Amino acid sequence: MRFQVNGRGVDAEPRAGQCLRTLLRENGRVEVKKGCDAGDCGACSVLVDGLPVHSCIYPAQRIEGRAVTTVSGLGTVDDLHPVQQSFVDNFGFQCGFCTAGMVVTGSTLEPGQLEDLPRLMKGNLCRCTGYRSVRQSIEDGVRRHHDCASAGGRPCPAPSVEPGADPDASVGRSVHPPAAKRVVTGTEPYTFDISMAGTLILRVLPSPHAHARIRRIDVSAAVDLDGVVLVLTHENSPTFRFSTARHENRIDDPDDTRILDDVLRFTGQRVAAVVAVNATIAEEACRRILVDYEVLPAVFDPEQARTAGAPVLHPGLTGADRVLDASRNLIAAVHEGIGGDVDSALAASEVTVSGTWRTQRVSHAQLETHGAIGHLDDRGRLVIRTSTQVPFLVRDELCLILGLEPDMVRVYSARVGGGFGGKQEILTEDLVALAVLRTGKPVAYEMSRYEEFTRTTVRHPFRTRVELGAGRKGALTAIKVEVLSDTGAYGNHSIGVMFHGCAESISLYNCPVKRVDAEVVYTNNVPSGAFRGYGLGQVILAIESALDELAVELDIDPFELRRINAVKDGDPLLVFHPEQDADLAYGSYGLDQCLDLAQDALRRGNGVECPAGEEWRVGEGMAAALIATMAPGGHISKTTVRLKPDGRYLIGVGTAEFGNGTTTVHTQIVSTVLGTAVDRIDMINSDTDGAEYDTGAFASSGTTVAGKALHVAATSLRSVILTTAAALARVPVSSCVLEADQVLADGRPVTFAAIIGAAPVAFRDGDSLVARGNEFGDLRSLSFNVQAFRVAVDVRTGEVRILQSVQAVDAGRVLNPEQCRGQVEGGTAQAIGSSLYEEVHIEADGSVGNPVFRTYRVPQMADIPVTEVYFADTVDTLGPFGAKSMSESPYNPVAPALGNAIRRAVGRRPYATPFSRDRVWRLLQDEDGPPA
Amino acid sequence: MDLNTVTGYRFARSRDDLALAPGEVFLGGGTWLLSEPQVATTGLVDLSRLGWESLEITPEGLRIGATCTIAELVAFPQRPDWPAQALFAQCANALLASFKVWNLATVGGNICRSCAAAGMVSLCAAVDATAWIWEPGGGDHRLPVADLVTGNGTNLLRRGEVLRAVDIPIASLRARTAFRKIALAQLGRSGAVLTGRVDEDGAAVMVITAATETPVVLRYPELPTAAVLERDVLEAPGYYTDALGTADWRRAVSVVLLEEIRRELTG
Repeated sequence: MRFQVNGRGVDAEPRAGQCLRTLLRENGRVEVKKGCDAGDCGACSVLVDGLPVHSCIYPAQRIEGRAVTTVSGLGTVDDLHPVQQSFVDNFGFQCGFCTAGMVVTGSTLEPGQLEDLPRLMKGNLCRCTGYRSVRQSIEDGVRRHHDCASAGGRPCPAPSVEPGADPDASVGRSVHPPAAKRVVTGTEPYTFDISMAGTLILRVLPSPHAHARIRRIDVSAAVDLDGVVLVLTHENSPTFRFSTARHENRIDDPDDTRILDDVLRFTGQRVAAVVAVNATIAEEACRRILVDYEVLPAVFDPEQARTAGAPVLHPGLTGADRVLDASRNLIAAVHEGIGGDVDSALAASEVTVSGTWRTQRVSHAQLETHGAIGHLDDRGRLVIRTSTQVPFLVRDELCLILGLEPDMVRVYSARVGGGFGGKQEILTEDLVALAVLRTGKPVAYEMSRYEEFTRTTVRHPFRTRVELGAGRKGALTAIKVEVLSDTGAYGNHSIGVMFHGCAESISLYNCPVKRVDAEVVYTNNVPSGAFRGYGLGQVILAIESALDELAVELDIDPFELRRINAVKDGDPLLVFHPEQDADLAYGSYGLDQCLDLAQDALRRGNGVECPAGEEWRVGEGMAAALIATMAPGGHISKTTVRLKPDGRYLIGVGTAEFGNGTTTVHTQIVSTVLGTAVDRIDMINSDTDGAEYDTGAFASSGTTVAGKALHVAATSLRSVILTTAAALARVPVSSCVLEADQVLADGRPVTFAAIIGAAPVAFRDGDSLVARGNEFGDLRSLSFNVQAFRVAVDVRTGEVRILQSVQAVDAGRVLNPEQCRGQVEGGTAQAIGSSLYEEVHIEADGSVGNPVFRTYRVPQMADIPVTEVYFADTVDTLGPFGAKSMSESPYNPVAPALGNAIRRAVGRRPYATPFSRDRVWRLLQDEDGPPA
Repeated sequence: MDLNTVTGYRFARSRDDLALAPGEVFLGGGTWLLSEPQVATTGLVDLSRLGWESLEITPEGLRIGATCTIAELVAFPQRPDWPAQALFAQCANALLASFKVWNLATVGGNICRSCAAAGMVSLCAAVDATAWIWEPGGGDHRLPVADLVTGNGTNLLRRGEVLRAVDIPIASLRARTAFRKIALAQLGRSGAVLTGRVDEDGAAVMVITAATETPVVLRYPELPTAAVLERDVLEAPGYYTDALGTADWRRAVSVVLLEEIRRELTG
């Protein structure tokens, strides 16, 4: 059949069951993204004969004779559509994976429809931004488009800020992401946006049981199927045990996972993998595999899991594998404190409050699913292109699992379509690597959204009991915390999440007696993993809610209660031991400002009225959070900055761009130090071939670790350039000025070519000059966040409406205000999702009950209010240019601030997230009905 | 998503083409079929080129062809003598599906999928629409759409039967109506959809959908009192629990919102 795409004819014969999305992608239109493949997320939106549709649910057989327009047909990098330009100007994306669909949908709207935008955009999900910038982008873009059109096709006015050529790119300015124009036109490639011709497809057979042993597996019917190239089972796979979690230190996590195991510990776990010439055959082959399962008893409740007699998930593991007591399913525990007996201190306290809070499983729901593509290069090296936050750590572990030398493996990522911690894991790369090595051919494994829900990871659910003791004036006298964390079937990140969760949540407060009893256990649930905040959000919910209860009890303003008890600049940060961790330092302190900024904003109000009707109750709530600016135990980045004779610079940095905006900030840092324009800086990132080393993009390290290393490298390069120029010109270094194209030595030009030729050999590499910069994460500073809400609650239905949302943050010197604001807005929005809407439901048999976006409620535009963002005015002594991290932490204070606001609105406290309408409604049900 | 077990796709052009071969299923807009794996399905029979009129004003009322898209339904010009038409857009907006999905999704497809949260079932139940069903042998029969649905995702259609159209009687179209929807998220998949209708003769029909597994149609000779309505809503069968709301909450909000509807229609 024949049809048109972006004005050009296409001849194709779609398969009978094919959707338009894959037909377009197979014909090179890779700007059409897959977020859900089920019509829910809108990333695949295109126009068919001018009408917007979700191409993933459009039967390809119907496309004959029709005209399709994709985001790339609306405009190009050199000639942007007004809506595309507006997404650039308004920072309307972070990872950018939803942007193609947002732009296509927005392009169909008229100015008169903008009031109705949340309804019109309910079929377009963004997981990064929190929608404020998306909304602004669409509103401005639609108006601009309308103005252009009504002006009779006159060229649109030039954009106010030209990305990539900002005349003042210095740190502290809102420079646009280098990839902005490519992202908004769909031309920035993500993991699977390359030619797949000749690539074999890998599909996985999932476990139907939550706990079972494979007695026998018969793959003969699969192997016999024409087009099947390889079938992998536990019988023909390496037995090396590892953790899917990746950290700088691999012994942070238990070695409890095999590529394919003969014991299955959660529903959906890999049983076998088929590699075939196409997906149809691979899927059919999976269905033909015969498995004889010995079904084993399963345990889904973490309290039961640690009770004697419970089914044991990993009976053979010991302390050598980093499992504390396998017989109790116990991976790790901490029973520590300071200041003596906490129960005595509580008993002696003038006031005590207590409660038990529960958090749920949350899906990262980043729009780009996990996936990897592998092949052997000309030298026979294994090359893995993967959607990961940690390419170097993936490479190193693949080498261990498969017995390869590091120089025989290259791992890299293109732009990553969101991660939020979920891509700090090996979840696809091991299978792809093994399949490439066995077949010698290119192999791809792209997860579906269903696999994403059932086979990747979720946020660790915690049960946290807190008891606080205090004096009548509010000073804390005792903090007792008991934590039970459910890591599911595998222990990836379980230890780190438990310890981190109990660290800054508690060390934020001065208190003479503290006690933590925390344990993390295996269950037969879908595995938990790293998720924005890394355990802190779960424990902060309990601590900050208990503090609010104390404020209510003592009738002390909750902001004031924090001022009384929170650490002041230089106070020791204590939880488990009487001494502060040696690597923590107050590089700056802005909590006092954050408390004032948030409280002032709440007092000012925002003009949003409570809805009319006696059923509505209004309340205000707040919470504070502290986070260290790096992960403990080392976070390493070894970077290079290279000067070419033509005055262009090349950055080599190992960390990944997944919407965190680090490529922008890294470019700003280098351009500032070297006095050049950002469009003269090129970058190779997230590639084991492109930089010496990087631990990876997690623990909010993009600025504080990789950025700091680049600052060192750029400063070193600048010094070499200037000293060499000075020597050449025989003038003092102080008379040399580094310009974009040359050095002026006492006013006389010295070319970069001359400088490179004369520089010390140690800095020369081919025709260019290279300087290195390393950061090891030896010292960690502290960031602060304060969230405040005013909410209205409908006591008849449990509806919680956010009237005002405020977050004040201490990010040190803010290197890119719009990007940083986006991180805060996005973190707040993601946490509003976890606080009010999202929950991965587990059925009685242990399977995930809502593995699709239509039942797992990622917030839509309509669900997220504008969050006012305020920056404390601090300059950090540790971070580059005075900056601190601000990516994970905005998530952390949101749930307790919302819970506290609900408590103050209705007089009863919700103890379990999400505070969904049905839960809030039930909270208010008893004989007396809702409180007046 | 690609349905990789499907090997056949044909456009039905006449009633004769509606005979299903083993493994074949009917496809209206395809928006649900392509949204989930359908491993038992090997063939798709596309109904969109049968030439069925989408919206047809008849002496008895309005006939909506099963292949009418939801976008077409919502765009149908408002007639001043048919106030109940307001329900068309209200029920379409009760769907989680975006307006882009409406460009493909059909009224008939939504009814035949028969989810509790099916907005087109809410609409049809609210206005006492009748389903016109073609049988494989050439016969046909009619029954109320509210009775067609037997559970959350199940209905009385036998294999090979196809929904040809739904008919909305003129008396319903002339009626005054009111509408409420609630979900766990503001525009989320419906947890409860409540409609009320007062016909010109004063008779009232209050309907619960989405909160119950099948539509609950409460009929009164005139608008009931608050107490009667509350009792009937509390006693209604079929409130259920899933990821989109618990049974007790669905029941409670149905009481609250139907009472709002009752008051609105009393005015």
